[in-house]
Amino acid sequence: MLRLLQIESIKLWNNRASRILIIAYFVLLTFIAFFATIKFDIGDIHFQLADQGIFNFPYIWHFNTYIASFFKLFLAIVIVSMMSNEYSNKTIKQNLIDGLSKKEFILSKFITVLVFSAVSTVFIFVVSFILGLIFSDYNELSIIFSDLEYLIAFFVKLLGFFSFCLFLGIFVKRSAFALGFLILWQVVEGIVYGLIRWQTTDVVTQKITQFFPLEAMSNLIKEPFSRLGAVQSVANQIGESYVKDYSVHWYEIFIVLLWTFVFIYLSYSILKKRDL
Amino acid sequence: METILTVKNLTKKFGYLTAVSDLSFNIEKGNVYGILGPNGSGKSTTLGIVLNVVNKTTGDFQWFDGRTSTHEALKKVGAIIERPNFYPYMTALQNLKLVCKIKEVSEEKIEEKLELVDLLDRKDSKFRTFSLGMKQRLAIASALLNDPEILILDEPTNGLDPQGIHKIREIIKKIAGTGTTILLASHLLDEVEKVCSHVIILRKGEKLYSGRVDEMIASHGFFELKSNNDAALLKVLENHPAFGRVKNENGLITAFLNEPMDAHTFNTFMFEKGIVLSHLVKRKESLEEQFLTLTKNTSN
Repeated sequence: MLRLLQIESIKLWNNRASRILIIAYFVLLTFIAFFATIKFDIGDIHFQLADQGIFNFPYIWHFNTYIASFFKLFLAIVIVSMMSNEYSNKTIKQNLIDGLSKKEFILSKFITVLVFSAVSTVFIFVVSFILGLIFSDYNELSIIFSDLEYLIAFFVKLLGFFSFCLFLGIFVKRSAFALGFLILWQVVEGIVYGLIRWQTTDVVTQKITQFFPLEAMSNLIKEPFSRLGAVQSVANQIGESYVKDYSVHWYEIFIVLLWTFVFIYLSYSILKKRDL
Repeated sequence: METILTVKNLTKKFGYLTAVSDLSFNIEKGNVYGILGPNGSGKSTTLGIVLNVVNKTTGDFQWFDGRTSTHEALKKVGAIIERPNFYPYMTALQNLKLVCKIKEVSEEKIEEKLELVDLLDRKDSKFRTFSLGMKQRLAIASALLNDPEILILDEPTNGLDPQGIHKIREIIKKIAGTGTTILLASHLLDEVEKVCSHVIILRKGEKLYSGRVDEMIASHGFFELKSNNDAALLKVLENHPAFGRVKNENGLITAFLNEPMDAHTFNTFMFEKGIVLSHLVKRKESLEEQFLTLTKNTSN
């Protein structure tokens, strides 16, 4: 295990582009703190985002994991290229000849993905915790440590997404095309979503599309904005009442974990079948 | 004798094309083997299969006593196939450290092996700055890191300049001298002839011959002769039962032997016949000539 991780870290850390992207990713994650400083001064209205309760426990867990998951694209590039570079440099061939088994090869990549997801989760936990302690109106321990399932959802979401990237890297073998394929996939999911919606009802569409890989990942953490107090009160004033389920469900996590397994298994079987 | 690699009835098909057909051979410890064959004869495919990068269609192979899995066995093998493959953005040293991690050997041999291939002073240069010759030498150093039981080289001098070729051959000879088993695939016959004791000859995926180089063709060699009286010489040769084919090219007479005869006996005989030779060389067919004969015979 440790050996595989060491092998992978040597490969990644010595690559300047990957190193810069990884550092940039974690720096950007800390930039969530800057939301605190966003102020709007429109005439008499002084509006500071931090005062609107976005950093209140436990809402902060929801808000920050949602925002942070946008930055996952940085690591996605790293992961796709770490996979496809092995093909373009033909180092995958040399690795196997040197005595790495195909299983170990996939495992080393999967462990890396696992570490990326875990470190991101811990990182976002620490950042949110500190921000919360500074800005939150509620500081009772029971409140601070409630709703932590958003962190689990965040971890699973990254794991699923990165495994998808890993699979695309192996499947397509070229990083640019693999990323293009990722976008194409997103578009295809969107089109299919639209088609089903057109033919059926909202409820049916939801029921079907929740099984699509990217849709399943984005379902894990729903948008947190309409949950804000300010937005809620505006909605109430115009006579709309939001009844939305923001929580993380076990079956949503299960679907994404299932996809993760499928992607890793497919990667392995492709590698096993292919002549290098 | 200890067997390092056993290949049994190995077949590989790429669609309709049969790249390797029902191939069987053994590699014994301590010998230097050459796999010979024209381009596309299945050399690299065969090596690819035993090295775990190409999937076999049917047949079997086993490393050592067959008790270890292929990838565990490969940790005791050093192999370079086709181009040297390393991470271009890493230095020679970093690349070799990575290989040590994969092979699970200590890093203490790195300097020694870099010294052997004459790259020690470039160990901190990035791989992408290396010339092809240097890349190939680094690949050899990498293959030797684990002091392998067997070194497999696939076309190690392909694409190199004369100096590069010479350097690689020197290194191979040095390694062969230490008693390491070597399997060298090449289409360059003189290369194989210079270092190999055994050959496996392939053509279109089929084995034509496997065995010792000197037993490849039952032949007693030939004499290359010159004299001032060619007509008399030719007449004597044609009437002598020990000689078969005789040919005369540009004043150089080549007489092929049907039975063993050494140069001393021949020269004495000539002298008795009153013919004085100005040139007398006894030779065996080169591997190239043997190879061409062998491939020609079976193509009919």
